[in-house]
Amino acid sequence: MIKLNNINKTYFGAQPLHVLKGINLDVEEGELVSIMGASGSGKSTLLNILGILDNYDEGDYYLAGQLVKNLSENQAAEFRNKLIGFIFQSFNLIPFKTALENVALPLFYQGVNRKKRNMMAMEYLERFGLKEWAEHYPNELSGGQKQRVSIARALVTSPKLILADEPTGALDSKTSAEVMQILREVNATGITMVIVTHERGIANLTRKIVHLKDGIIESIEENDPDKMDFTKEIK
Amino acid sequence: MFDIDSITEIWQTIARNKTRSLLTAFGVFWGIFILVILLACGNGFDKGLRSNIEGFSTNSAFLIPSNTTEAYKGYQKDRFWQPDMSDIEAIKKTLHGVSVVSPITSQWTYNGENNVFYGTKGGNFSMKGVLPNYNEIDRCKILYGRFINETDIAEARKVCVIGKKVYEDVIGTDKHPLGLMIKANGIYYQVVGVVQSYNDKVNINGQTNETVILPLTTMQVAYHTGDKFDFLMFTTARGYISKDVQEEVKTLLRERHDIAPTDEGAFMCFDFEEMFNMFEYLFLGIKILIWIVGIGTLLSGVVGVSNIMLVTIKERTREIGVRRALGAKPAVIIRQVMAESLLLTILAGIVGLVLGVGIMAVVSGFVNNTPSEDVMFLDPQIGFGAAIAATVIIVLSGLLAGVLPAMRAVQIKAIDAIREE
Repeated sequence: MIKLNNINKTYFGAQPLHVLKGINLDVEEGELVSIMGASGSGKSTLLNILGILDNYDEGDYYLAGQLVKNLSENQAAEFRNKLIGFIFQSFNLIPFKTALENVALPLFYQGVNRKKRNMMAMEYLERFGLKEWAEHYPNELSGGQKQRVSIARALVTSPKLILADEPTGALDSKTSAEVMQILREVNATGITMVIVTHERGIANLTRKIVHLKDGIIESIEENDPDKMDFTKEIK
Repeated sequence: MFDIDSITEIWQTIARNKTRSLLTAFGVFWGIFILVILLACGNGFDKGLRSNIEGFSTNSAFLIPSNTTEAYKGYQKDRFWQPDMSDIEAIKKTLHGVSVVSPITSQWTYNGENNVFYGTKGGNFSMKGVLPNYNEIDRCKILYGRFINETDIAEARKVCVIGKKVYEDVIGTDKHPLGLMIKANGIYYQVVGVVQSYNDKVNINGQTNETVILPLTTMQVAYHTGDKFDFLMFTTARGYISKDVQEEVKTLLRERHDIAPTDEGAFMCFDFEEMFNMFEYLFLGIKILIWIVGIGTLLSGVVGVSNIMLVTIKERTREIGVRRALGAKPAVIIRQVMAESLLLTILAGIVGLVLGVGIMAVVSGFVNNTPSEDVMFLDPQIGFGAAIAATVIIVLSGLLAGVLPAMRAVQIKAIDAIREE
């Protein structure tokens, strides 16, 4: 699903910053991978590149068999819209749109007609137990509800890849566990998922843990989440 | 661009900050409003002033002979001369640039003493003798009877056409004027018509309303002037330049009356076309000024919209970034910002247009129903063309206002918004 060959990225500021120094990574279809690292390790940059939000200087990035390199804004937008679902730490729901409208937004950009996209959005909200909250605005929802709305938004286009940036970063431990449970269930339906986190407890719920340090992959750890004891808190 | 989805999207963002949107829109509203009011007032002045010269041929000129100022062909300078009827025939025959030529002879009023009487009532009025075609140059409305006709001329009949004021003052509106005999400068004439001028500002040897008009030939007989007359008026035929025609008439008169070709002092010439052209230029100047002021006001409104929208875009960086991450293409973002600006501007502009037109319609009704001797302001409304132009300007300014914010918005990358600050 994802194939990274020697990805290099430098930020040219007042002080050039070589953030990624040759990343090689393969993620198979249906895998659940977490990327761990201290702040400054380059994990967010890597996620941005995976999400085609940022470009890279060297190397090749294949997503679903297609080379993602030097894309135009339009192509990048189309790739993001069709192939990738984003889940953010701070949810990034649009404040003046209802939960339903937020979920339907990616479909709007696909040109799906109003009736159909509202139907589809409602379907996903229902799946995450938010049917009653469809007409509510984000500020009327709890953190967990917001994150579930944003998961619904990420899934509504049936993407091949879900990228989650600290998806539990703004949630308490109980809600974190719920959200992680949802993400694992989503992954179980065959959608590839990459989660960036700095919490070991979250990483332990994934099958593959990529440790990033100073712009290079330090180690890739195989992990069996089923051994984890879910009765314990994950933090 | 304006399907239901886009309108919802745009409306959400506009309605999110109602006060700000309202204040932003006010700039454009005010610009259009002022433009409409100014244009309407400009039109009002234009129509008002034009109504003062209504009925008068704007392509006419008149020529008054004056004593010669150069000696020529054995004649002394300072010689008195008068044109005669054969000049008129010559002009008609040889000068194709002249469309109507009308000789006039006039009798000025003396010392303000009454000179026109009906019975015992009298008044002080000027008199002029004209041909029927005079009515083609300084047209007037016939209230009773008719104007001087060819038979009057041919037979030098003792008839007269009197101005409205003459009728009112000397005969009185309680009597039917036709057929009555009035005495003017000691001679009796039968009234065959009463006229009223369309304008009250053009004044050729006395205002028509205050004149007793006689057949030219009658006047020539009564005052023993032979076939001579005092001055002549002519209009320029279509396609000729009045200045050139005027020169041709002068040249012809110089040849026929032995006046030196260089003698400019032997004529006094008034070219109405030139004067009216000046009028036209004045109106044009006012119009241009109005558009500049109006557009300027509107432009400051546009700058306001642009400015506020730039701030809004800055505030919406995160939202726009999220949209980009979710797959909004640059064109979609541009379209949305432009549509926002356009909708805001169009709504404000239409309100300004409608309100401006409405207010001027009320003012117009008021002005038009207020009778006044000195009409300076009439029917102050904008025409259909100006309304269309205003609408086009609204749309253009909406687009203009949106350009900068749209450019700013499209520069926002998904990553800029998502980065946790």
